Amino acid sequence: MLDKLRDPELGKRILSKLAPLAQEVAGRLGRPAILMEVCGTHTMAIARSGLRSLLAGSLELRSGPGCPVCVTGQGDIDRIIALAASRPDLVIGTFGDMLRVSGTNSSLEQERARGAQVEIFYSPAEAVTFAAGHPQNEVVFLGVGFETTAPAVALSVAVARSRGLKNYSVLSVHKLVPPVLENLLSDPELKIDGLLLPGHVCTVTGRKAFDFVANKFNVPAVVAGFEPIDLMEAIYLLLKQIVSGRAETVNGYPRLVREDGNNKAKEIMKEYFKPVNVYWRGFGMVPQSGLALQESLSFYDAAVRFPVEVSESVPPKGCACGDVLKGKIASSDCPLFARRCTPLQPVGPCMVSTEGACAAYYQYEWSKAEV
Amino acid sequence: MCLGIPGKVVEVNQAESWAIVESFGVRKKVGIALIDEDLVPGDYLMVHAGYAIGKINLDDAQISLELWEEILHAG
Repeated sequence: MLDKLRDPELGKRILSKLAPLAQEVAGRLGRPAILMEVCGTHTMAIARSGLRSLLAGSLELRSGPGCPVCVTGQGDIDRIIALAASRPDLVIGTFGDMLRVSGTNSSLEQERARGAQVEIFYSPAEAVTFAAGHPQNEVVFLGVGFETTAPAVALSVAVARSRGLKNYSVLSVHKLVPPVLENLLSDPELKIDGLLLPGHVCTVTGRKAFDFVANKFNVPAVVAGFEPIDLMEAIYLLLKQIVSGRAETVNGYPRLVREDGNNKAKEIMKEYFKPVNVYWRGFGMVPQSGLALQESLSFYDAAVRFPVEVSESVPPKGCACGDVLKGKIASSDCPLFARRCTPLQPVGPCMVSTEGACAAYYQYEWSKAEV
Repeated sequence: MCLGIPGKVVEVNQAESWAIVESFGVRKKVGIALIDEDLVPGDYLMVHAGYAIGKINLDDAQISLELWEEILHAG
């Protein structure tokens, strides 16, 4: 059944409905409609599907602040690197895409080459298992991610607690999607006609958590899945709203997303984390948009146990990642794109992470003919 | 590393709160502490960072496909 959602024949038939609708909307607007996705998995799924070029001229698909590594503030990146550099006795556990992100002066990869201990884990559960098997090591797991990752990291702390581990802590730079969308949609310079909402974040938060997009900002929104047919369905539903002048937050991913989301995941997030103000790349400080461990859990909080100070943090010179994350420009508009900045030699985080808008565009869609 | 991967349940251990899921031919042990519903082999889960975050309702996927057939046949 799920295979059917990847069926190219069905895709072609749907495209024959979608393309004229996109043209109709572009005709009414007098320009291509601009839709934004805010999820790293959508960035990759759209790039792989080829939809952008199939609908070019009548529809523009932009990436927003959906890649966790990309949106992490430069100050937080520098603190993480400084921790690895100043404490070679610690084992820094991380998802793989953080490794090559450039701080102001270094990266985790460079610090590893100089002797820092950096281990890559697919899941925080693996990190806590590693800590249990290496009692002589102090393990710090980097909690980078949105509502989809935070419950898993909370569970890793729960496991460390129940097993009585003394050598596991978390450096939480988790972020929340609804507050940054509020910030994004409040920007008078932003011109988007509809939002593809992140299906997996919505699996946790529930559809209702995004009602404000339509109700407060009058922007059509559809919770979108990740298979090619899901994406086309969500785009179709958005275009239908635009044509009829409606704005609603619609669930286009009902096989996974419920109205109220995953209550167990929401409860454990609330029990282990509290919302705090944090800095986002491209956005600056967004109130109550980050998650820090609760004070009662300070024993597991690496920010408390291993504090580091960094001097001024400066984003990489010439990097337009911040503007890409705000949807102000497309990756290919950046003067560094595919010239000085490539996946082999990335300048900014949007080219490092495979979910980054620049890396996905480079990998799947960009052709040298464009340069 | 914000990637969700769907997988089919092949084994469940409720007592230890894990399941073995198969995605694209690869089997992996995932945590099911975040899943409230009953799980049996053959169910589908969405897995994120080593934990299932939701159970996939195949009936809803079917409805979605049927809706498309209606739209496509409407001419």
